[in-house]
Amino acid sequence: MKGNDVILRTVSRIVVFIILTFGVELFLSGHNNPGGGFIGGLVLSSALVLLYVVFDIETVHQGVPLDFKKVAAFGAMLAVLSGTAAAVLGHPFLSQGFGYFDLPIFGVTELTTVTIFEAGVALTVIGTVETIILSISKDV
Amino acid sequence: MLVVLGVFFPFAAAGLIPLLYRLIPNRRIGWFVMAVPLVLFAGLLSIVPGIAAGKTANVTVPWIPDAGIDLAFHIDGLSMIFGLLITGVGSLVVLYSIHYLSERESLGHFYAYLLLFMGAMLGVVFSDNLMVLYAFWELTSISSFLLIAFWYHRKGSRYGARKSMLITVFGGIGMLAGFLMLYSMTGTFSIRETITLAPELSEQPLYLAAMILVMLGAFTKSAQFPFHIWLPDAMEAPTPVSAYLHSATMVKAGIYLIARFTPIFGGESTWFWTVSLIGIVTLLWGSFNAVKQNDLKALLAYSTISQLGLIMSLLGFGSAALAAGTDAEQVLLAQAGFAALFYMVNHSTFKGLLFMIVGIVDHELGTRDIRRLGGLMALMPVSFTLAVIGSFSMAGLPPFNGFLGKEMFFQAAVTVSSGNPFTADGAALLFPVVGWIASVFTFIYCMIIVYRTFLGPRQPEKVDRLPHEAPKGMLVSPAVLALFVVGIFFFPNLAGKYLIGPAMPAVFPTLAGKPGLVPHIQAWHGFNTPLLMTIGVIAAGIILFVTFRHWRLIYRFPPFRWNLDTVYRGLIGGMETGSTLITKRYMSGNLRDYFVYIYVFFLAAAGGSLFLKGAFKPDFRMETIAVYEVTFVLIMTFAALAMPFVKSRITATLLNGVLGYSIAIFFIFFRAPDLALTQTVIETVTTVLFLLCFHFLPDWKPERAPARTKIINGLIALGAGAVVTGFALTVKGYVVFDSISGYFEDSYTLAGGKNIVNAILGDFRAFDTMLEVVVLFIAGIGVYTLIVLKAKKGGGDIEGK
Repeated sequence: MKGNDVILRTVSRIVVFIILTFGVELFLSGHNNPGGGFIGGLVLSSALVLLYVVFDIETVHQGVPLDFKKVAAFGAMLAVLSGTAAAVLGHPFLSQGFGYFDLPIFGVTELTTVTIFEAGVALTVIGTVETIILSISKDV
Repeated sequence: MLVVLGVFFPFAAAGLIPLLYRLIPNRRIGWFVMAVPLVLFAGLLSIVPGIAAGKTANVTVPWIPDAGIDLAFHIDGLSMIFGLLITGVGSLVVLYSIHYLSERESLGHFYAYLLLFMGAMLGVVFSDNLMVLYAFWELTSISSFLLIAFWYHRKGSRYGARKSMLITVFGGIGMLAGFLMLYSMTGTFSIRETITLAPELSEQPLYLAAMILVMLGAFTKSAQFPFHIWLPDAMEAPTPVSAYLHSATMVKAGIYLIARFTPIFGGESTWFWTVSLIGIVTLLWGSFNAVKQNDLKALLAYSTISQLGLIMSLLGFGSAALAAGTDAEQVLLAQAGFAALFYMVNHSTFKGLLFMIVGIVDHELGTRDIRRLGGLMALMPVSFTLAVIGSFSMAGLPPFNGFLGKEMFFQAAVTVSSGNPFTADGAALLFPVVGWIASVFTFIYCMIIVYRTFLGPRQPEKVDRLPHEAPKGMLVSPAVLALFVVGIFFFPNLAGKYLIGPAMPAVFPTLAGKPGLVPHIQAWHGFNTPLLMTIGVIAAGIILFVTFRHWRLIYRFPPFRWNLDTVYRGLIGGMETGSTLITKRYMSGNLRDYFVYIYVFFLAAAGGSLFLKGAFKPDFRMETIAVYEVTFVLIMTFAALAMPFVKSRITATLLNGVLGYSIAIFFIFFRAPDLALTQTVIETVTTVLFLLCFHFLPDWKPERAPARTKIINGLIALGAGAVVTGFALTVKGYVVFDSISGYFEDSYTLAGGKNIVNAILGDFRAFDTMLEVVVLFIAGIGVYTLIVLKAKKGGGDIEGK
């Protein structure tokens, strides 16, 4: 998808970062507000899709040298293994724990194992979406 | 507890092998692998005296207690024999393979599969729980598949692997059904408990079916007629694998199963006749076909089939002991079971030895076709000596253990024919006669092995290598086995007392402790029927071997040239064409047709059952509807109605987008921000996908389908929509169960999150999410393989590499 659309390219350079930030925000806020791993992952992958549409695959690959199949595999593995940890500790498989910790800069913060699980979900979503879109567009 | 660790030790080692192989990427890795069976062998040896004294080792670790499935392991005399064979022959085979396999092979895979098999096989013989036994049983089939296909670039290897897998797994599934029937009769999966309940079982209606299905599993695994056809093709595996899996251990799993289930089914006439007849037919057909083979390994494969048949028939004879009337009769018949186990141990020694020698010949000359071999005696004296020991033992000659086994077989066949509880007339005379004929053929092919390979003229012009003796490392294992072949002949009662004898109470629990159950084995017992039969075998065998080229022609005529492979190929081919025909009937490649199938099924299954059960109770009570809601309903209705009539694809795509985004807006109306966000992003990404594909889609043409099809499709679409709408309206006013949502409202205290939706997704119902993630990943990989890895035009055959 090589074009000469200067406006689109210039706008995208900035917008991509807004989308990425929004995606991370959605991912982190999912515990108490709308968001979460699935939607966060989707927004992040849509940012990448925008990059692919505006620039060409090779250029993007230089900036983000990831094999998205492996990203998806890693995510799926993370989701499964995060549940196994609970089973090893004697809780039912996929039990999640949470606690409140006093961290230096953030103050009292809630930390929970769901984040690890959701990170797995998000990575799988990103990996799968990009794998599918790249597979189809490379097929031309 | 050590037993459990023992069974899982090979699995753990198999998992470590790939890591270890990175550190030591050469054949020295074999020494580490060899430590596994050696340690286990030593461990088993240390408890032999205890087992011989009648003790057993039992461990039960609860696994799925609700379903009655426990990791219950049990070592008694019977499983001890198999355990020692698996670990003992296993050590020798690994030692042999260190020198047999080239460093260029992927040794990491080879040893990982081999250890996987070893663990599975130990699991089979030590499990006391039927379900655990079944799981290990199928695992042996899978590891056998992997090992046969080790040289997967060869067509024959893939064919043989698939064939063995299909046949053994077919039998295995039948066996599983048999186990489940037993469970439904007894209420326990424990073999020992089933045995104690055995006397009450024979009245049950499922008893016979369970018996036949268990036999099916045993016969397929142990390559009994007519399922023997997979074993010759399994010879495509590397020779150490053939020696180990396909002669010494895995094919004996069926023998084990029959012996293990004799206390449950033995004493029934069906069991006696089926096991004995199948065994004796296999014995004859295997040895008869072995004679015509030109490939030494194929010859040994048929010979293995025939000897498995011999052991099987002996177990059949022995099972009659459980129905015999007097004590003397019982003990006499039970000796057949003793002979079976004794012969099985002997078979593992001499057949393992012969496989290793054939492997050496193949390794040194690059061929194992007897038409190209000959005169190797002077060049390979040690191999020759070992081959003579193995072959003569197999032929039933003294002073080798095969002689004792063969005599015991003849004795048992004569005993059964002269009197058994199931038949009074002469039908059982069949057994010694057929057994004798088969033994003559056995003698002939044993002579073929020795004479055609090592004696006679050399044929250097047909072999492109100068043969010489094998490296010492390869000769150690067969030499150790040869020691046993000779040693067991001179000290048979040592084996009888410590190895075979302790197994007898496991096979014949009701006869335990009767005097004479463990016979005193003697090489010389006067001129009696068995000895005369052996002399007859030798005489007839020599005559037929010398005149072999004159009567060889009979193999060209039916029924002697019949080969059950044709049946197998016909079945597989028929199934393939049949399924292709069926698939082609409904796989039209037209997306709309698939939608028709899905919606028709949905209408029939969901709509039909709701309707028949009278569950359709649409609740039309409406709450106040806002104006903007009505507006969006109208917009969506318009978009949906316009869709079938638009003239260009881009309009259709946009209308689709209108529907999608409107749904997102409805999610906002109904206060579901998570869903709204997801729907919006999904809609966006989908549109990009459409853009990507747009250029490559065919032109948007008006429909040419006949009006009738259009009307029917329209009705199906309307029906599906009506069912969904009716369903939604019904759910609204349907109170059958208490709502469970109250539980989730506690999400802040239970999961520490204020967003209930995500607390459900990530915590309460995380299992669903996890599986969805895995499915998503699989779908992505599926798209990738279908599109990126598809066969290039003209490059077709990936397998041919």
